[in-house]
Amino acid sequence: MTWASRVFLVATPAMVTIAPIMARAQDTTSRGISLIGNYDPLRGKVGIVVLPIPGAFGDSVRAIIQRDLDFSDRFTVIPMDSVDSSPFVGAHTSAGLNYASFARLAVAFVVNITPVVTGLHVALHDVRRAQVVNVAERSLPGTALNREWRLAVHRASDGIERSITGQAGIASTRIAYMRGRSIRIVDSDGASEITVPTDENGVSPAWNPSGTTLTYTTFGASSRLIIIDLSTGRSRTIAGPTRNSIYISPIFSPDGADVVYSRGGEDEADLYMQSVAGGAPHRLTVTRTGENTNPTMSPDGRRIVYVSNVLGRPELYIMDADGTNVQVLTNYEDSETNYRSDPDWSPDGRLIAYQERIKDRFQIRTILASGGTPKLLTSEATNEQPAWAPDGRHLVFTSTRTGVRQLWVLDTESGRLRQLTKSAGSRLAAWSPRLAGQ
Amino acid sequence: MMRIRRNAVLTTVMLSAVTIGACHKKPALHQTPVQTPISGATADSARLGQEAAARRAATDAAQGRRTDSIDAANRAAGTDAPESLRLTLTATVHFDYDQSQLRPEDSAVLDAKVPILRANPGVAIRIAGNTDERGSDEYNLALGERRAAAAKAYLVQHGISSARIETISYGEERPVAQGNDESAWSQNRRDEFEITAGAQTLRRP
Repeated sequence: MTWASRVFLVATPAMVTIAPIMARAQDTTSRGISLIGNYDPLRGKVGIVVLPIPGAFGDSVRAIIQRDLDFSDRFTVIPMDSVDSSPFVGAHTSAGLNYASFARLAVAFVVNITPVVTGLHVALHDVRRAQVVNVAERSLPGTALNREWRLAVHRASDGIERSITGQAGIASTRIAYMRGRSIRIVDSDGASEITVPTDENGVSPAWNPSGTTLTYTTFGASSRLIIIDLSTGRSRTIAGPTRNSIYISPIFSPDGADVVYSRGGEDEADLYMQSVAGGAPHRLTVTRTGENTNPTMSPDGRRIVYVSNVLGRPELYIMDADGTNVQVLTNYEDSETNYRSDPDWSPDGRLIAYQERIKDRFQIRTILASGGTPKLLTSEATNEQPAWAPDGRHLVFTSTRTGVRQLWVLDTESGRLRQLTKSAGSRLAAWSPRLAGQ
Repeated sequence: MMRIRRNAVLTTVMLSAVTIGACHKKPALHQTPVQTPISGATADSARLGQEAAARRAATDAAQGRRTDSIDAANRAAGTDAPESLRLTLTATVHFDYDQSQLRPEDSAVLDAKVPILRANPGVAIRIAGNTDERGSDEYNLALGERRAAAAKAYLVQHGISSARIETISYGEERPVAQGNDESAWSQNRRDEFEITAGAQTLRRP
């Protein structure tokens, strides 16, 4: 019997509310979200409890970790705040936990965190095995609640997730995006937003593979390709300005050694690759008349998907990283009015997320890197600019479903949706890798 | 690698040929290498070249009439000549959705700039291409550059030195009209012209 089905059989409304989870077990949700597979939301979701944490910032640590585990979409976090805890914690076992009581609540794991001088002591209890299965010491940097402190707490959440599921979570990640005329960075849970000191016309941030730098371009006069070091705030121009040219849509190669970008000139826009150390760009495409933009690289660095209007409308193309073997990727429903753009290759290499114009609005689709029939993920309002999280499961994208452009996070497996940003005009998101901290 | 250069007339003709070719026949999509020239473009070139020449002759004639009428209007209104020249040089041109080809009525706007630029060889201009908010934010940066390049190519065709004209793009980042309707969009799909040198000593043609 799975843990999810135990929730279904054992829990009663008086104990845990699980109705909203079951409501997701349909193909299209009421919020215009389609599920990527035939996903049974009760399967694989693990009931978990984070016990109250003593100490000055215990409540904050607990709240952050509970939210991280919830946002992972792999756990059902059972708050227990309204439950009398006396049957659960006491001298019933050597660990001080009454595993049988937790089991009756469909709790599979219990996280018991105690503050220590250097940070946190994290003990993970497996309820079924009635024992501690993992212990970790997590150091917390100086000032509580600041950005690096929060990142360290997020790493504790990801460690708990890895101990249970075998895969690290995505709590210790950040999202870079544009709002107004600034590049911003926000934590995966929507907290700790900062503004990156960039040129006034900075646009299109993209992370390097270690999450220590961003590359972006500037538009308008003196367009340039820039790399900014996030720890020092120092910027470095690696290409441009070039007269009558605009630098567009840069990304790092998966090994971090190169930046791939589009440069638009008098006759066309083509893709180039250039070492982060600078030097001469290597031209990847040669379009006589037309625009090639928005490159995204496969995780092994061997292939590139990009946007081209060489046949008269923006479509996705796929080619080898040296510019050879070009093919149309989105060759379904061939029509003069197609408009497909903003591809992002999933970290597992399987899928390309992109946007397609449907009834005058962009919607988000995914297609296998090998081609075939795409999957439509959204239908309500305008949804565009998808970017994968490092888990290859969550997508951040721009949506107008509140009336203005905001960033939203979609779990492609359960269809669950959450709003990441709360300020209007947020767009062009890029999801960082898991961050090691400073 | 060298960037490919060719004369502006040929560029314009090829642009038209590719676009028209794409409308007339549906190219085979599957497995088509992007670098392969699109079939039909070459065959249509000669005819299109003739048509373009005819169009140019017509607009050249219109340009003469227009310059005359602007001068007449300026004299009648007693306006300051350099200011009216500045307005003519910086008059915007507009584009159809997702297009970078000049519309006939906008060619006339460019035609009016030509004699002023010829009479003032010290004048340099910057053309900024803009798009509406629809379309991909990043792809629109490329489209804006293409729109600026289209106006530049037209002026170069009419004898203005390429070195005097800079092109930049703002994509959809600098709308002049707010709003989410065709009225706002059509105003935002534009080339703006800025005089970057020689503005203080403008002479009438």
